[in-house]
Amino acid sequence: MTTGDAQRFFKHQHLLGIQGLTPPEIIEILDCADAYVEQNRKADKKTDLLKGRTVINLFFENSTRTRTSFELAAKRLGADTINMSVSTSSIKKGETLVDTAMTLNAMHPDALVVRHGDSGAVKLLSEKVTGSVINAGDGYHEHPTQALLDALTIRRRKGTLGGLTVAICGDIQHSRVARSNIHLLNIMGARVRVIAPKTLVPGPIAKMGVEVFHDMRQGLKDCDIVMMLRIQQERMQGNFLPSVREFFHFFGLDEEKLSNAKPDALIMHPGPMNRGVEIDSTLADDLDRSVIREQVELGVAVRMACLELLTKNQDAINGGIG
Amino acid sequence: MGSGKTAYINARLLDPASGLDETGALLTEGRAIADIGPSLFADGVPDDIRVVDCKGLCLAPGLVDMRVQLREPGEEHKGTLASAGQSAAVGGVTSMVCLPNTDPVIDDMSVLEFVARRARKLGLAKVYPYGAVTKGLKGEELAEMGMLAEAGAVAFTDGVKAVANAKTMRRALSYAGTFDLLIAQHPEEPNLADNGAMNGGETATRLGLPGIPSVAEVIMVARDIRLAEDAGARLHISHVSTANALEVIRKGRDRGVRVTCDTAPPYFCLNEMEVGDYRTFAKLSPPLRVESDRRAVIEGLKDGTITAIASDHAPQDEDAKRLPFAQAAFGGVGLETLLATSLSLYHSEGVPLLDVIGLMTHRPAELLGLPGGKLSKDSPADLVVFNPEIGWRVDPDTFLSKSKNSPFDGKPVQGKVLRTVVDGRTVYDAEA
Repeated sequence: MTTGDAQRFFKHQHLLGIQGLTPPEIIEILDCADAYVEQNRKADKKTDLLKGRTVINLFFENSTRTRTSFELAAKRLGADTINMSVSTSSIKKGETLVDTAMTLNAMHPDALVVRHGDSGAVKLLSEKVTGSVINAGDGYHEHPTQALLDALTIRRRKGTLGGLTVAICGDIQHSRVARSNIHLLNIMGARVRVIAPKTLVPGPIAKMGVEVFHDMRQGLKDCDIVMMLRIQQERMQGNFLPSVREFFHFFGLDEEKLSNAKPDALIMHPGPMNRGVEIDSTLADDLDRSVIREQVELGVAVRMACLELLTKNQDAINGGIG
Repeated sequence: MGSGKTAYINARLLDPASGLDETGALLTEGRAIADIGPSLFADGVPDDIRVVDCKGLCLAPGLVDMRVQLREPGEEHKGTLASAGQSAAVGGVTSMVCLPNTDPVIDDMSVLEFVARRARKLGLAKVYPYGAVTKGLKGEELAEMGMLAEAGAVAFTDGVKAVANAKTMRRALSYAGTFDLLIAQHPEEPNLADNGAMNGGETATRLGLPGIPSVAEVIMVARDIRLAEDAGARLHISHVSTANALEVIRKGRDRGVRVTCDTAPPYFCLNEMEVGDYRTFAKLSPPLRVESDRRAVIEGLKDGTITAIASDHAPQDEDAKRLPFAQAAFGGVGLETLLATSLSLYHSEGVPLLDVIGLMTHRPAELLGLPGGKLSKDSPADLVVFNPEIGWRVDPDTFLSKSKNSPFDGKPVQGKVLRTVVDGRTVYDAEA
């Protein structure tokens, strides 16, 4: 829904990560998504911008919400979508990732939305296809549309990203959401903190432009945004953390710890939440503080914007008109 | 007595923390030290103050013993909080730091609170527990170190076992570093020590006993120092017994690693010859080493590499010791001989008296953040009165400890505890 004549910034074939994007590129995506937010609230949510185009959701890892969000986004733009998940794919039959990419490419998809458990796998796949690839999460590396929808949520609530203090809390080590958000927030001029026990935050993370805290109260002091991350159950059985109760006691978000942040600080969570593990249940449902459901809503708009812009870029590459 | 005040007069005041070594007096009020100094009560003691005449003998902070096995809960036939408390009183020990190797293990706040509450009720030496590093001391899953520390655990250790897996130890150090907690490691690589009964050396060879090689200690120490350095965490090596381990600790410390260590009297008083004719009371863990190791431990105590002397009190009942050497249990009792055996450093090795006392008072107290260990106003009134010169022979039959397994059985020692005071109350009086 960008205006045709406006100057274009985001001109990539793929969206593989946030790292390397510029502020005008990010702003362009957010502006474009903003317009879709309104459209998604109407009774008729559909356009024909992507009419005749094919979008393949290729998920090598289980996902419900991200896949649904992408599927809705593509359908509302008028594209034909199909979902491929690992249980139904030929990967189980021993096909390599590159072969899968080339096989799918032969069917001329316009966009591939790919999630894979290995960092870097989505980039490898993107090198073998002629359409656009959107990274829907690769290992612990990046999950760019999550960072973009988080940014849109913050911008709509706070008016800006620059100058805000954002604390990302929990399992930083195993989080692609954390890495994409760290990149995006730094690019947009926010101050980023990470808060975690030492077993869940790699030492060199400070080099990515964050301040590291191991004490939640100190880390949340005067924050504008509190981003909680999901903790995987298997991390809490003594390898990285002694127990759920110990984690919640020191690093779970509750009223008392949140009181260190600014009074109007927003609570975010990429979902799915572990209530009583990383976040107190009543806080998660507090509509004054928690924007968790808004994040889900804006996710569809952000993915529509990404699909629109990438399609226009494809058309430009192929000599068509965007 | 009505005022709750007690004056200790005619005392040789020894306070290693401040370097004080002068004749004078000390006043306690309630549970705390109210005043101290050479000129205190120079004009006499007011009538409402109870007087203890120290007759020119040494008055020092009560001993802080940073490594004691209590056996309660779980093995009360070997030792109890009460029997250890009475041993401590006779030994001049006013604070004991106990290992988590009880049954159940101190890897849970409820067990920790049970031990602390029982000890408080007894009113003998104060008990500060170590928490477990791993659940059940199994070396696999991290224990709830953060919550245990909040409940009162002063440091963390898997007790008589090392955390063997390097990855687990790395994570444990890293996790402990989150809260700046101290992990104390038993310095022994278990695969190398496997089935060993005594130091792997000449004596073991002659006796035909399986040996625990000296290298088992230095390998674990070197590994853990590197892991602690990498994690930026604090590490303490318990009961160091070899020259090689001390050298590695010294080098680590020179590099800036936050590593400390302690030792126990057997390692600077005895060597592997004590095993003699299969004496199981000399079966300790780590094992008694060779004479050059013993000399190196004394050097480490002199040059400051070793922060503390602990009793390493490890009660074993007769059934556990009256066995063929290889089958007998490790460990020796030590609370009642801690001061006298440590004073050998003063009598025979030229270590200043204040320094010897410091190794058992303010240095371990500061390392673990404990309140005692010094003679200063407002500090806890935990005191020991002793005569450093009296000679006696160790006779375990006279021990108050439930178990009698002393490696010093029959040895002549010099230095006797005459009075022990905990929180202003006399818990032991040799003349009473």
